[in-house]
Amino acid sequence: MSLVILILILLGGGLLAIFAQRMNEDMPRWVSLATIVLALVYLLGVVSNLPVEPLTIADAGSSWLIHLKLEWIPRFGISFELAMDGLSLLLVVLTLLLGLIAVSSSWSEINFKQGLFQANLLWTLAGVTGVFLAMDLFLFFLFWEVMLIPMYLLIAIWGHENKAYAAMKFFIFTQFSGLLMLISIVILAWQASLANGSYSYSYFDLLGTTLNAKLEFWVMLGFFLAFTVKLPSFPFHTWLPDAHTQAPTAGSVLLAGILLKTGAYGLLRICIPLFPNASMEFAPIAMALGAAGVIYGAVLAFAQSDFKRLVAYSSVSHMGFVLLGLYAWNTLALQGAVMQMVAHGVSTAALFMMAGAIQQRLHTRDMHKMGGLWHNAPRMGACALFFALASLGLPGLGNFVAEFLVLIGLFAVQPWITAVAALGMVGAAIYALWMMQLAFQGKPIENREFADFGRREMATMAAMMVALVWLGLYPQPVLDIAQPVLDSLQNIVPSLVSEAPTADIAGVNL
Amino acid sequence: MNTLSLIPALPLFSAILLMVSAGRLPKQISAILGVGSVGLSALCVAMVAMGFMADGQVREITLWTWIAIEDFTPAIAFYVDGLTIVMMSVITGVGFLIHLYSVEFMASDESFSRYFAYMNLFVAAMLLLVMADNLLLLYMGWEGVGVCSYLLVGFWYRDPDNGQAARKAFVVTRVGDTAMALGLFLLFTELGTLDIQPLMAAANSQWQVGGTLPVLATALLLGGALGKSAQLPLHTWLPDAMAGPTPVSALIHAATMVTAGVYLIARTHELFLLAPATLEAVAWLGLATLLLAAFAALAQNDIKRILAYSTISQIGYMFLALGVGAFSAGIFHLMTHAFFKALLFLAAGAVIHCLHHEHNIFRMGGLRTRLPVVFASFLIGSAALAALPFTSGFYSKDSILLAAWSLPDIGPTLWAGGLLGALLTAIYSFRLVFVVFFGEANTEPDKQAGWKMAVPLIILCVLAAAGGWISQPLDDVFPAQGHDVVHVIEYIGIAVPLIGLLLAYLLFLGKQLSLSSLTESSMGKALQDFWLKGWRIDDLYHNLLVRPFTGFARLCRNEPVDLFYNSIAGALRWSHRSLSSIQTGELRWYATSMVFGLIVLVAIMLRNAS
Amino acid sequence: MGGLQIPLEHVQVLAALLFSCGFLGLMLRRNIIFMLMSLEVMLNAAALAFVAAGARWGQADGQIIFLLILAVAAAEISVGLGLVLQIQRRFKTLDMDTANRLRG
Repeated sequence: MSLVILILILLGGGLLAIFAQRMNEDMPRWVSLATIVLALVYLLGVVSNLPVEPLTIADAGSSWLIHLKLEWIPRFGISFELAMDGLSLLLVVLTLLLGLIAVSSSWSEINFKQGLFQANLLWTLAGVTGVFLAMDLFLFFLFWEVMLIPMYLLIAIWGHENKAYAAMKFFIFTQFSGLLMLISIVILAWQASLANGSYSYSYFDLLGTTLNAKLEFWVMLGFFLAFTVKLPSFPFHTWLPDAHTQAPTAGSVLLAGILLKTGAYGLLRICIPLFPNASMEFAPIAMALGAAGVIYGAVLAFAQSDFKRLVAYSSVSHMGFVLLGLYAWNTLALQGAVMQMVAHGVSTAALFMMAGAIQQRLHTRDMHKMGGLWHNAPRMGACALFFALASLGLPGLGNFVAEFLVLIGLFAVQPWITAVAALGMVGAAIYALWMMQLAFQGKPIENREFADFGRREMATMAAMMVALVWLGLYPQPVLDIAQPVLDSLQNIVPSLVSEAPTADIAGVNL
Repeated sequence: MNTLSLIPALPLFSAILLMVSAGRLPKQISAILGVGSVGLSALCVAMVAMGFMADGQVREITLWTWIAIEDFTPAIAFYVDGLTIVMMSVITGVGFLIHLYSVEFMASDESFSRYFAYMNLFVAAMLLLVMADNLLLLYMGWEGVGVCSYLLVGFWYRDPDNGQAARKAFVVTRVGDTAMALGLFLLFTELGTLDIQPLMAAANSQWQVGGTLPVLATALLLGGALGKSAQLPLHTWLPDAMAGPTPVSALIHAATMVTAGVYLIARTHELFLLAPATLEAVAWLGLATLLLAAFAALAQNDIKRILAYSTISQIGYMFLALGVGAFSAGIFHLMTHAFFKALLFLAAGAVIHCLHHEHNIFRMGGLRTRLPVVFASFLIGSAALAALPFTSGFYSKDSILLAAWSLPDIGPTLWAGGLLGALLTAIYSFRLVFVVFFGEANTEPDKQAGWKMAVPLIILCVLAAAGGWISQPLDDVFPAQGHDVVHVIEYIGIAVPLIGLLLAYLLFLGKQLSLSSLTESSMGKALQDFWLKGWRIDDLYHNLLVRPFTGFARLCRNEPVDLFYNSIAGALRWSHRSLSSIQTGELRWYATSMVFGLIVLVAIMLRNAS
Repeated sequence: MGGLQIPLEHVQVLAALLFSCGFLGLMLRRNIIFMLMSLEVMLNAAALAFVAAGARWGQADGQIIFLLILAVAAAEISVGLGLVLQIQRRFKTLDMDTANRLRG
């Protein structure tokens, strides 16, 4: 029941925030903050009372910590099934923490219909949490849509100048791909029912369903598209720059920090384990898309003059590493992908917060109108520098550990794709430093006065810095939590490689 | 806490403190923190070194496991042997002197504490690099020094040119770093570890000499070394990196960071010995770089750029040494070079400091009497750089040339090239001395160097002059290499720099020889311009790489992928428009079309029925 | 009695003629009152056909449908006249072609 309560806390907090506005304009922020803190405390309380074995010991049988199954629509075998393992736990904690960051970043930015804003924010969190916990594919689809609609509203109502276009684009991309997933879910359940004699949408029942090769491929493609649009992978990424640029800061933080991760989570949890054969066939294409995303995102990030667009394209580049890691499907690469989800969530959220803070102060996102901000706001400059360095993969920070693990794992599978993707490290250096140059270095503009980061903003930034340094220097706790899950996933799908790859390197002629 | 872990921790701690305090500390405290932490670190190094001298034991310490996934278990761990001790001594020793010097040099800068924060961070990262017991940790230090170099080159951020230079430095070295990262992937995938000592053992037991894998792996590592050490073809960033404050150039771009590539090859020399092809490439690249940079140095006017090209050239010597298998000689030259090049940079900094930030050597002149300490330093530094007999540079360069000579087949060619480089070195270094310190005074110094500048200069003078007698504890690290001492070769090695000195005297001071007929001719002018611009390699890269990249970026700026989605949206919008034009709003039209539709349906049904 | 006294075809031809008249009126007249009247004629044509067919087969269904059509016609005309009033009030005319704002 604890997982249901967790989601209900978030949903209820949203309702409360709407009503709280009637009492006082400032109340919704506090309600929102309190709700997320409550959810976090509740979750940690629940987790601390669990047996520790599944979290610490690999191969201890089941890696699941909590499992709940209630009847919902028994006629079609649809149940209300939630479950949590180390991976979901990690991502739910990340979701709630970034929720806090989002509330902090919207603290002084949003003044219009605060209650509704905070409600949408909390409902998005509830939807994402649901996605990470749902183990019934129908319920998964439901939460998939639940997180989409409040996010749409966040962009459409509180966005910037071109919000209607961006919100609609976001909605159509995700909705259309979501429908493909729904079709795939129904076909899968139907096929499984032919084999088992009864309908079930439960993940656990559907695992190991054998389809004929052609059908498996198309059904897999439905899931793959839904997840890679969300990830987003090249060439399905074009909604992202628009959505990010137009969204309010909190929206961008949520979008980049956690919504994108649902795509990666879906691939890892659902798409590959359910369709191992089709995925094996598809892996080279997926990895090529990942490498293309890494390079393309980096080049386009460099080409932008809008601060938020630049960060958005950097997300495309970074999420390419996740796709690479997932389809390399060995422990190192998978750990790297999980690590990248966490580290990218933090670093990009921080950069979007930075963009929001600059826009609030200078009323522009155009970097050509900035320049020399370091002089006016050294604290902002230092923070931006830190996160730019994190973004370009400086060793000692979380993003490096993630990218290195992905690449070293990938190298054993696809050396040439690794070489291409590694060029993304050069690209990242180019765009990250270019951003620093345009916005913070160079000659400061005369007579420009604005406030540097205040205490609230510095505290948020410092928390994220500490998180990244911790992930960079001592990532082991995160790795340990994810390890049993990855082991069990690898038991389901041993490998996505069809032939021995290392002969490939040895055969290179110089 | 262990002395060993204190060595990098002290500067790191100081750097963090200075960053967190964000300039709120008074300058004196910042200076004490910045200089003191490196000083204490140097003391720790001295303690460790003395212990090492006494027992010769390799010191290892594991602080914590960084990452542990299956077989991939790099730790935050240090490995200190003779090679590391040499490097640590250079970094903290020379680093301490440069920090002390900086206190005066940067005294009037508003970002005083930011400067020391970056410098301390650099020292910490550099120590991490040389102390790392696995290649991943080494890579962390490697990137860390790169970032500090970026930060310090672009320290005066208000000038966009400085930012440009800083970015160039970082991006060019990043290209090499990426190759190096691929090398690490290959090594781990093939040998299953990144811990340096087990890695070397595994390579020796599993790989054949001259096999494809060792050649590939070392070539990738070499890519990293070329980038960091500014060797062909990735050397173009170093002359521009002179945009940073001069002590930064002394510390990072002369004494320590740029020699990291040399360290990397020396550290993994067992791997390189398995790949003779790569090792030969190292030698040839070193030779090419040293000659190219020496010619470029001849044509420069900016005092710091001359020194920058000379640094590239001297690192070329180190690569030459590594390439011919004389690892000890390479590291020896690394050390002596650190002494005399730091000395030269600091002396140049003093000149610049005292002459209102003048960089052009032809607007200096006659400073011999006005800045005597600086003159003496410069003279000793240049003598060591030119490898005049009995200076430190003489011993190290001599051993390199000797080692090159004794190599079969390609040895004499390499030796002759190195000798030509030595001649050029003598000419350009004494050109600098004669133009800046002799002749007419063009600019009057407005201040003198204080004790904080003078003391480091004097200490470095002693080291540059007498550093050749320091013996390095490298016997256990590198395979022994015996040479037959060929006296003729030695005499030639002594004579060539002296000839260079004489030539420089005749050309630039005595004016007995004149280059005017050469420099006035169009060929000569073109050549001078060509060398001044560093053989136009920058232009080549600009046209070959930078412009296509920015062109492509500009082309893709507005998201070409969206064309596809927009065309779908456009098609939908078009069909929407054409269909909605049927919807006229006229009731009679609807009624009519309904009835006709019905008639058509009935007709079809009747047809099917019959 | 029982059955239809006159041939069914005659009645059907009459119904078809009535229907066509109504339809032509619907298509050609622009005044909404006349259009409603034409609709009534069409409905009644259909009703006539039902009644005749019901008599022909001797079943009550035709008459039941006739009652249904009457009810539909009554409902339709009441809504229609309400619309007429609204249109007259808003457009100051009964010409249906002017009320074409609901278009794509």
